This record gives sequence, structure tokens and C-alpha cells, in this order.
Amino acid sequence: MIQQQGKKVGLPLMNLVRLNRTPILKQLHLEEKLLRKSSTNWCIINDGTDTPAIVMGISGKPSELLEIGSVLRDQVPVIKRFTGGGTVVVDKGTVFVTLICNKDDVPGVQPYPRSIMSWSGLLYNQVFKGIADFQLRENDYVFGNRKFGGNAQSITKNRWIHHTSFLWDYAEGNMAFLKQPARAPEYRMERGHTEFICRMNEYLPRTDFIEKTTEAVETYFSVKNVNLEATEEPCGAEFVPSTRLLSKQELEEALGPQPEIIGVSV
Amino acid sequence: MALRMWASSTANALRISCASKTPAFALSRCFSSVLDGLKYASSHEWVKHEGSVATVGITDHAQDHLGEVVFVELPETGASVKQGGGFGVVESVKATSDVNSPISGEVIEVNTKLTETPGLVNSSPYEEGWLIKVKPSSPSDLESLMDPQAYTKFCEEENAAH
Repeated sequence: MIQQQGKKVGLPLMNLVRLNRTPILKQLHLEEKLLRKSSTNWCIINDGTDTPAIVMGISGKPSELLEIGSVLRDQVPVIKRFTGGGTVVVDKGTVFVTLICNKDDVPGVQPYPRSIMSWSGLLYNQVFKGIADFQLRENDYVFGNRKFGGNAQSITKNRWIHHTSFLWDYAEGNMAFLKQPARAPEYRMERGHTEFICRMNEYLPRTDFIEKTTEAVETYFSVKNVNLEATEEPCGAEFVPSTRLLSKQELEEALGPQPEIIGVSV
Repeated sequence: MALRMWASSTANALRISCASKTPAFALSRCFSSVLDGLKYASSHEWVKHEGSVATVGITDHAQDHLGEVVFVELPETGASVKQGGGFGVVESVKATSDVNSPISGEVIEVNTKLTETPGLVNSSPYEEGWLIKVKPSSPSDLESLMDPQAYTKFCEEENAAH
């Protein structure tokens, strides 16, 4: 059971929103809006997304990162998100955890990438304590030398977001949509996707992970469970997110001209 | 109790980074270079005002804390910028970080070299790594910015707080 919100004196408030199979595009739009328009701290946990999707970072180039032919053939949505970082394939086996914070509510953490990343490593260290050989390794969450969580951030003047897609489970076939990235951490050692990543479900139950994550967040914040409607209140006027779905045309253009197959009559 | 975090600047605090080739530089006690002749915003951008053109970039302190810059997104020429408002982002260490304009005005030029060589922001934050050039709309904007000495002190206080 998630610990009920009793206000812990002295800790800043964190609104916790629990979602289940919310589409990842909708989740990202919500996150971007809350980062830019809200002044409250938010924790969003989305237990899976409805259909498989590919999510690239802000600077991602489909031609470099994706097997576009397969992506187009299988009609997999490709999203470009507002945060940095790499490319992930997400589906119902992915658990998303997002923290959106006022910089002043996380004392001792500077609003810079490495400082925020280090803090997140400490938080998840609490989650996985005694469970597995967890570490933050070259900005990835790993068990040993296998990555199980991809994270990314966006930092504004007074706030920041740190969000993670955790591979509680995944379909191996989906990894075939991704090329080997040119920019990879050293510890990857040129391993292919299936040798590089691992499933969290081999280490702990899904509900345990979500509960322990909530408990870890509660060591830094006074957590209050709220529903999705609460995210509408603080933001007011319409917000246009930069996170977007790439069009089929964009992907086809990234694929480039394809060789024409000429039949030979005999 | 919230944990005290190691701040990334601490690891770099033991070295003094050299300023650029420009002769008019000052070594700051915050261990990042701060150039004379520029004005500075609390969000770690600099502006160099020369006649009717102001050049804007991020400071050595900022690039050092951001890490290796791998991508820069800048506005189109003709866009308006507002003092304190965001005009672009830099990506480093899996993070996008807003860049804010120290002054208001119209963007008249962007540094297109950063598309192919975003690392110029790290290697030459005050020269080749400039971000945008602006036609200022409000000369008084400069008065609210910090001079090099004040910015140096600001950096020291910020580092000391973490």
C-alpha cells in the first residue's frame, strides 16, 4: 500500500499522480506542461503505456538511430521528446517514473545535469538497496553492467525534470527498431541491445518497485496523492508542447530514396 | 532529511580554467573565467554590447557545469527575445538546459557553426561559442546585469551554497 499523505513537517510538498497505461505522448505532453507552467513539485508514475512507441531525445535523428524501414513497415509511432538523452522503445512492460522539482526544494542539488543525475542515483539506490547490484553508471541505471532504465532531463531557470523509462519487461523484437547508437557509454563495449539491457522483472515484483520508489521519494518530500484532474488546475492557459509525433513523411524522407526494383522478363 | 549532494563544480574547483585568447580577461576566484567588458546575468549568460549589436552566449561557469554540449537549438533570425526569457536550449549529459536572454531585442544573427560543432560552447564560450546576436530594444537592460566582479562573487556564493 502506498503510504498515505501525512504532511511531514519541513519537507516540501510533492504531488504524486499514478497513471496506468496512459499513452506516452500524452504523458510527455503533461510533463512538459507541468515543468513549464506549474510551480508545484510533481511525481508521475505511469505503469506501462498503451501501445509500443519509439521515443527519441530532442536532438535525435531518425536516420542515425532507427531502422526506419522496419519502423514504417510496422507503423510504430516515433516521438521526439523535449528532454535530452537517447532513444528508447516503450510498451506495456515499461514503468515510467518522473520527478518535476523546483530547484530550491531540493537543497544541495544544483540545477545542472550531473548534480541532478547524482541525486537521482542516490534516490534509486534506496529503492534497490539489498535487491541487486544497482548503480548509476555513466548516467544509466544498471544492475551490474546491464542497463534497465533510461533517463533524461530538462532544466529551466528555476525547475527541472528527471524522467526515467524502466524496463520492467520488454519484447526483444522491438529492440530491432533501434540501430546501435554512435554515441554510447564506454561500459556498453559495443554490445547489441539484447546483451546490453536487462529486465527488472528478474529482480523484483512490479508493485514492489513502485512502492519502494514512492517510499524513497517520501524521504525528500511530503507526498500527496492526487488525481489527473489536479494537473489541470495550476496551469491555466493553453500550453503548446514541443514534444511531438514525427509524421510518416518525415520518416520516409529520413529513410531516403529506395532502390527501384526492376523486373526482368524472360 | 534531505541529503547534501556533491556538486559537480567541486571536482573542477581545484583547477583554474584559462580564459580565451582575448587579452582582456580576469581569472576569477570561482575557478571559471570571467571576461572584462561583458555583462552577466544570474542565469549565467553573458552579453557584449558593441554599438547597435549585442552578442550573447553562456559563461565559462555555465559550460563547465553543463558538461559536453552535444546539441544547440537557437531561434530564427527576426525572432524577438525578452530579458530573462528563454530563447534556446543546449543539450548535455542527457539534459536540455534553457538559455535565457540577458537583454530584450530582435535576433539578427545566430551562430550556425554550432549545428556542426556544438562543442564550441565548451571550448570557446566567450568567442567562437557565441549563441545569438541581438539588436537591443532597451538599452537600460544592461543596467540590471552584473559586471565581472559582481558575477565572480555571484559564482563563488553559488558554489559555496552547494
